[in-house]
Amino acid sequence: MFGLKGDWSLEVKDRYFTLEDYTGAVPRWCTGCGDHGILAAVHRVCRDSQIKPEKTVAVSGIGCSSRLPHYMSTYGFHGLHGRALPVACGIKSRRPDLDVWVATGDGDCFSIGAAHWIHAMRYNMDITLLVFDNGIYGLTKKQTSPTTPLDVPTNTHPSGALLPPLNPLSVTLGITNISFVAQIVDWNAPLRHEVIKKAHEHKGTSFVRIIQRCPVYVESIGKALQDEPARMRLLTHEKGVQVDDMVKRLFPNNAEHDPSDLAAARALAEDDSVLPLGILYHNPDAPQYDKMTATGLDMTIEDRLAGMNEALDHFAL
Amino acid sequence: MSTTRISGDTKYLFKRDKTWWVKLAVPRPLRGALGYDLRRSLHTDDVETAREARWEAIEEFRSRFDEIRATQANGTAAAVIHPVDESDEPLELQRGVRQVDQHIVEIVSDSGEGAQKCGQILGLVSGKMGNGVWTVEIIPAEIQPPARERQGASGIRVRMGSNYMTNMGDEADVVVAFNEQVLYSRISNRAYRKGTVVLLENMWAEDPDERIRNQYKEALADFEAQGLNVIELPIQQECLKLVPDPRKGKNMFVLGMICSIYHRDTDIAKAEIAKIFKKKSEKVININHDLFDAGYAFAREHIGFSFEIPASEEDRLESAVVMNGNTAAGLGVMAAGIEMVAMYPITPATSASHYLAEDFHLTGGFVHQAEDEIAAIGFAIGASYAGKTACTITSGPGMALKTEMIGLAVMAEVPLVIIDVQRGGPSTGLPTKVEQGDLLSTLYGAPGDSPKIVMAAATISECFHFVVMARRLAESFRTPVIMLTDANLGTGVQPIERPEVTEEWFAPPLDQSDWDEDVAPFDWDEKTGLSERPIPGMRGGEYILTGLAHNRNSKIAYDTASNQEGMDMRSRKLAAMFATMKPPEVHGDPEGDLLIVGWGSTLGAIEEAVDRARAQGLKVSSVHLRFLSPMEPGLKEIFSRFKKVMTIEINYSDEPGSPLVTEENRRYSQLALVLRAHTLMDIDCWSKVPGHPLQPGTIHNVIESRLEEIEGAEACSA
Ligand SMILES: Cc1ncc(C[n+]2csc(CCOP(=O)(O)OP(=O)(O)O)c2C)c(N)n1
Ligand code: SF4
Ligand SMILES: [Mg+2]
Repeated sequence: MFGLKGDWSLEVKDRYFTLEDYTGAVPRWCTGCGDHGILAAVHRVCRDSQIKPEKTVAVSGIGCSSRLPHYMSTYGFHGLHGRALPVACGIKSRRPDLDVWVATGDGDCFSIGAAHWIHAMRYNMDITLLVFDNGIYGLTKKQTSPTTPLDVPTNTHPSGALLPPLNPLSVTLGITNISFVAQIVDWNAPLRHEVIKKAHEHKGTSFVRIIQRCPVYVESIGKALQDEPARMRLLTHEKGVQVDDMVKRLFPNNAEHDPSDLAAARALAEDDSVLPLGILYHNPDAPQYDKMTATGLDMTIEDRLAGMNEALDHFAL
Repeated sequence: MSTTRISGDTKYLFKRDKTWWVKLAVPRPLRGALGYDLRRSLHTDDVETAREARWEAIEEFRSRFDEIRATQANGTAAAVIHPVDESDEPLELQRGVRQVDQHIVEIVSDSGEGAQKCGQILGLVSGKMGNGVWTVEIIPAEIQPPARERQGASGIRVRMGSNYMTNMGDEADVVVAFNEQVLYSRISNRAYRKGTVVLLENMWAEDPDERIRNQYKEALADFEAQGLNVIELPIQQECLKLVPDPRKGKNMFVLGMICSIYHRDTDIAKAEIAKIFKKKSEKVININHDLFDAGYAFAREHIGFSFEIPASEEDRLESAVVMNGNTAAGLGVMAAGIEMVAMYPITPATSASHYLAEDFHLTGGFVHQAEDEIAAIGFAIGASYAGKTACTITSGPGMALKTEMIGLAVMAEVPLVIIDVQRGGPSTGLPTKVEQGDLLSTLYGAPGDSPKIVMAAATISECFHFVVMARRLAESFRTPVIMLTDANLGTGVQPIERPEVTEEWFAPPLDQSDWDEDVAPFDWDEKTGLSERPIPGMRGGEYILTGLAHNRNSKIAYDTASNQEGMDMRSRKLAAMFATMKPPEVHGDPEGDLLIVGWGSTLGAIEEAVDRARAQGLKVSSVHLRFLSPMEPGLKEIFSRFKKVMTIEINYSDEPGSPLVTEENRRYSQLALVLRAHTLMDIDCWSKVPGHPLQPGTIHNVIESRLEEIEGAEACSA
């Protein structure tokens, strides 16, 4: 209910939201699943930014990860496999007042929804896009996804994935008009929170690829990284992520990276030997399509009627 | 229904509704002239009598083949004009003014010669003079076909009448052709009849290229053999007196000629010309006016015949607007208060979005060109879910892609308007041509039960008004509404009554009041299946929409009771809507021998054919359905008042008597199939997929021949 402002004066808000105000049903994800941590981060970012639950919409496709909206107590749209982004963009197109989040999986976003991924990035509407990348199809029980590492066995490729995995970061960084590209791992809470918060604050489509553990089907993927932190490189910068030294100590391999440098971001993404974590690219000035689609919202019905008659006049005999 | 087994010799014979028919396949080279087969009723149900009687008919059919072969051997092209009564004096060419109640004019040329503009002005002038008008463009298959190509005909057909015009009519009465080659494709489309007057540019007779001179000569002989009244005119030469390059401007000379032949008001015509060139200089307008005047004077002097089409007072429009069905649908979107159209380009639907892209801002709307059709409908569903009922416009292949999303909108009860401008299918099919082939896929083409509202506009005016109705129905019934139109309505142009849009037509402002937390997001009324919908932004209404089976609280629910209840409630909405509907009106007498049932763009042609048949004393009526889901009430009762009920549609059905087709396996046309299931009555069908609109003359022939088969019916020859 109350908040103290910097000058010690008392600010009385009519509503103050706690974590509970964003928390929905009890998650049905497996124990040890990385999705739990991501959900917690989303709840916290919503709470910290005090967005109204009724003004928040969580949109998803189909998959384990796409269950996220059910675990929110905001508005939600759990739609079709691969099609979260068109729906989210449509919501935003005429309702710029709504805070739109998208939860999607590696299959959902990079396979069946790949066309929408590329185009939504270019539309750059103000949407927070979280890709839960567990490197596998979880919900449908362990089929190869576009990001399944080479040689990892799945039910569709029992002797191991045949082709090298798609690199979602380099693909995303190759799209025109992108404005925010980041990568995190689900198991580091401070970094997770920091990046999702920055993604949410950013005006435009913020793409966050989250390396997410699926201990049930592909435990090896998360484990390999956890066992060998040197395979990850934490990127920090005053314009990007700033974390305290404790976090840095967990990522001995860290470096300064200016997120406005697209060429450097692409080089980092291309390097298969280490996984870059943090904000790779940020351009707050990229044109936003939602600014274009939302024209005319303030027209009154009288204005519209006058416009209608003008339109009909064009065809008058 | 019982079928009698017939053994023995039934060569050339087939049976339809107890009557024996004789049929002979037409040899391939003659099909252009005669169709696939010749057939005739033998007026008997006795197979022995039929066996006897067939030979006379077969003989006659064969002699018709010979006749056609003879004309073809004379250098005539495959196409032959339908024979009409011979008379020594071609009526069309008789000197003096003749009054007619309707006429069809075509202007054909190579593309880029302005024939369409010429026809459009003719249509506008006639509309302003109070005539009924239907205009349709003749579009070549290629974007820029080479000059003087037979298949390259580009132009326009203008049907003008005393009364309101509802379709493009039958064969043309007068044709102006800028060269002789483009006439061939029109002839093979059966656009002309014996006696059609062709005003032909004669410059090709003197062309420096010998090949062209020969082509011209041959064509003249062809046209004459087919009974066209060709009048060669020095159009180019006359235009050269005024302009150095008549390729630009010849169309205005021709317009002047036609305006003279049809006694059009020259002041109106010149005002329209000035309007078209209003962005150009005064000089350009003057040159075009001069060309028009020259054409007018030329026709006065050199063309002896002319026609008057008096405008009927009772059909005069109060205040007209001129447009095609796609533009009408676009304007309907605006008048419905829809603010978002999400689309992906596809012929023949795209021009609706082209229009919206131009004017949508006037009512505060936006056209989103999506990355594909799935994204387009997803985008529209997103906007609709967020409280701004949106629209997606497409054609068959796009509908196929949208199927999964339509199911989601049904399942999650998202209001949405989907406009399908049907084209020929399956697959990429006939992109620019008309078909009514999407009815079944629209009704049933989804996994699971997917009840939704499906309606079909039958006129250009309905293309406008039905969108307004669709948005309202979508919101009232919390469901997607599919509005079917087709390439015929989409591209046909005519003056229609200007709609008087009022504020109530627009969607009300977004409701963002608090939601009563005790009301579930799917608080279904058991009786109607209806429920109120929380809109994002409404405090207390937060819910998670899902395409999974769910209960009233929109919680995922796989249990039997929840799944059954959800299915019941979504289906109940159609029953609730059905309860509010009135039976369709019968066109013609309420009972009789034959009832034609149609839907969509065939309305005008069917009713015109029915009126012609009724004028002959035939007992035929018609009914035209606007709603296909829910089906309109009272059909069984209406149908039972007729000896025979038959749909006429532009989609595929097996023709009785075709190889291997039996009463048992015959595949019916789409509406017929639905109506058979709906009424449990033996509803017949006649359907074709000609790639062009059905014409009243064709339907009239069908009516006559079907009446012959009905026992006790008054046939035309009786
Ligand atoms: C059109 C369609 N095709 C296939 C499916 C089946 N399906 C559901 S989820 C899924 C893959 C999920 O993988 P991912 O997106 O990586 O999500 P995860 O479960 O791993 O979080 C598939 C193939 C479907 N629901 N719809
Ligand atoms: S299957 Fe994997 S991704 Fe799905 S909930 Fe379980 S652990 Fe998480
Ligand atoms: Mg996955």
